[in-house]
Amino acid sequence: MTEFMAEPNPAAPPSPGFWSSSWQRLRHHRLAMVGLLLLAFVSLACIGGPWLSPYGYEEQQLELGPTSTSAAHWLGTDVLGRDQLTRLLYGGRVSLLVGLCATAVSLAIGLTYGLIAGYRGGRVDAVMMRVVDALYALPFSVLAIVLMVVFGRNFLLLFVAIGLVEWLTMARIVRGQVLSLREQAFVKAGRVLGYSPARIMSRHILPNIMGPVVVYTTLTVPQVILLESFLSFLGLGVQPPTSSWGLLIRNGAEVMESYPWLLLWPGLALSITLFALNFVGDGLRDALDPRFIARSGSKP
Amino acid sequence: MTSPIVPTPSTAPLLQVEDVRVWFPIRRGVLARTVGHVRAVDGVSLHVNPGETLALVGESGCGKTTLARAILRLESARAGRIRFEGRDLATLAPADLRPLRRHLQVIFQDPYASLNPRMTVQDIVTEGLVRHGLIHGRERESEALRLLSDVGLGRDALHRYPHEFSGGQRQRISVARAVSLHPKLIICDEPVSALDVSVQAQVLNLLMDLRDKYALSYLFISHDLGVVRQIADRTAVMYLGRLVETGRTDDILENPRHPYTRALISAIPRAGQPRRERIVLKGDVPSPARPPSGCRFHPRCPYATAACRDTEPPLVPHPSCPDRPVACIRLGDI
Repeated sequence: MTEFMAEPNPAAPPSPGFWSSSWQRLRHHRLAMVGLLLLAFVSLACIGGPWLSPYGYEEQQLELGPTSTSAAHWLGTDVLGRDQLTRLLYGGRVSLLVGLCATAVSLAIGLTYGLIAGYRGGRVDAVMMRVVDALYALPFSVLAIVLMVVFGRNFLLLFVAIGLVEWLTMARIVRGQVLSLREQAFVKAGRVLGYSPARIMSRHILPNIMGPVVVYTTLTVPQVILLESFLSFLGLGVQPPTSSWGLLIRNGAEVMESYPWLLLWPGLALSITLFALNFVGDGLRDALDPRFIARSGSKP
Repeated sequence: MTSPIVPTPSTAPLLQVEDVRVWFPIRRGVLARTVGHVRAVDGVSLHVNPGETLALVGESGCGKTTLARAILRLESARAGRIRFEGRDLATLAPADLRPLRRHLQVIFQDPYASLNPRMTVQDIVTEGLVRHGLIHGRERESEALRLLSDVGLGRDALHRYPHEFSGGQRQRISVARAVSLHPKLIICDEPVSALDVSVQAQVLNLLMDLRDKYALSYLFISHDLGVVRQIADRTAVMYLGRLVETGRTDDILENPRHPYTRALISAIPRAGQPRRERIVLKGDVPSPARPPSGCRFHPRCPYATAACRDTEPPLVPHPSCPDRPVACIRLGDI
C-alpha cells in the first residue's frame, strides 16, 4: 500500500470494491445525505414517537371533536377527538413498513424476472412477457377481493397483493435494459471469457442497470403506500381504529373543506418522506456510476 | 509478413471452419412468420494454423464479424463445422464449452463498449483468471500488474475505471483481458479500426509483440489492407458471405487474382508512387437477403459472362498457382 501511495499519480483512488466506492460517492452527495437523515428522522419518530405520546391512537375525546393545533394536541384532533400526531406516527409505522416490504417484494420479483427474460431472450422472453401482459390486464381490485375472499383478512396478504401488481412494471423496465445491454461488447466478452450466465447477470448487467432500477424503486414507494390505503378501504389492509398515512389522507380529504389540517398533516408527512426518498434515489443513481465525480456534481 | 511460418498440410490446424453458414431469419407480420433469411455467412471454409495470423478482409456488411461471432459461439451457425483443436465448437453443450473458452479469446472493435464501465481495470483483466480457477483472489493485484505491463500500462491503471482511459488505452486493457487466460487463438474483430492512426500503429505493434511472446494465433478481421499487410501471414478475402480468394498476404497484395480483390487493392492509397489505375466497381453490394445467382460478384464484375450468372464458383486452387484458391471461373481468361 505504501508503495502504491508513492506512485507519481496521486489521482488514482485506492481500491475499494464497487459497492464500498459507491458508498463513498453517496456520502459526498449532499442532497442524498439530507434525504437519508430525513428518512431516518421520520422512521425513528414513527417507531419511538407513539411511546412518548400521552394519547393512544384509538383514544377518543368525542366532546372535543375536531380541533386545530393546540398546546395539548400539536397537530390537532380528528372528528372523533383523537390526537392527530399520535395517529400520524402510528400510521407511519404501517405506511413505512408497507412501503419498504412491498417495494422490496416487487423489486425482487421484477428484477429477477426481467433479468431472466431479457438475458434469455427469444421464446423464453416472449412467453414471460406475455404473462406480464396478461397480469397487467387483470383489474387490481378484482384480484385484491379474490385474495381477501380466499385467504381472509391478513396483514401479510397486503404485501403479497401489492407485490403481485407492482413488480410488473419493474420487470418490463429491467427486461428492456437487459435486452440492450446484452448486446454490448463487454457482455459478449464475458461470455467468451467463459463466465456463467448468473455471473454475467449479477456482475456485468445488474450494476449497469441500477440507475433506472433505483429511480423506479423510489417511484414505487409512493404508489405502494397509496395502494395500501385503497386495499384498507376494501377491507384488506389495516382496520380502523388502526390507521395509515394513506387512510388518514383518504379520511382527511373527505372533510377537507371543514377541517383542512386533517388532510394537511398526513399529506405533509407523506410528501416529506417521498421527497427524501427521491433525493436518496437520485444520489444512489449517481453514486452507483463510477463516472460520477462527487462534489463537482457533473458527468463527463 | 515477418513470421516465417508457412502452412504445410501436415500441421493440424488450430481452428478449422468448414462450410459454415449463419443465416438470420427475416420475420414479418403478427405471427412473425419467417419470410426469408439474411445470409450473412453462406458457406465459408478456412483454417488458422498454430502461430499463424490469418486476416479476414472485406467491406462492411460482408459477414466478417458474423463469422467471428459464430466461431465464438455468440451466434449459432445454421450449418457447417467449427473445429477448435479438433473439437466441434458448434455442437458442444454450454457447460462443455466453458472450459474450452479460455483458449479462444476476442478483442472487439469498439474500445468504449468492450469494458464494463462499473468494474476497475484490475477486476476486468483478472476476472477470467479467477473464474477459471487459475489464480487465487489474493493474487489478483500481482497478476493484473503483470498483464498491464504486458500491454504497456502502469500500476496507476489498476484501480481506475474504464472511462478514465483513452480509446487506445482501453484497447490495451481489452488486449490484456484477452491474453489473461493464455489463449491459443485470439479473434481480433477490427481491433484498431476505431483508433487514431498513430495509436493504431502502437496497438498493432503490441499485438505483434504479444504474438511472439505468447505464441498466439490471430484471426484478424479488418477492412484496412495496410494494417493487414503489417500483421497477417495469410489473408482471406470475403464478399457477401463467401470467400473469394485466400493465400499468403504478400501474394494477395502483390498479385490479386479475383476481380473483387483487384478492385479492393486498387483502392489502397499509395504515397510517392505512380498512381495505379483505380478499378471502380459499379453499383452497390447486393442485399445478403437476396444474393445474386451464380457468382455473387457477377453484377459488379467487369469480366462477368453469362456463365457467371449460373455457376457458383468453388473456392479452389487454380492450376497456375496451386496454393492460391480463388473463387472465379474466368480466372484463366483475365
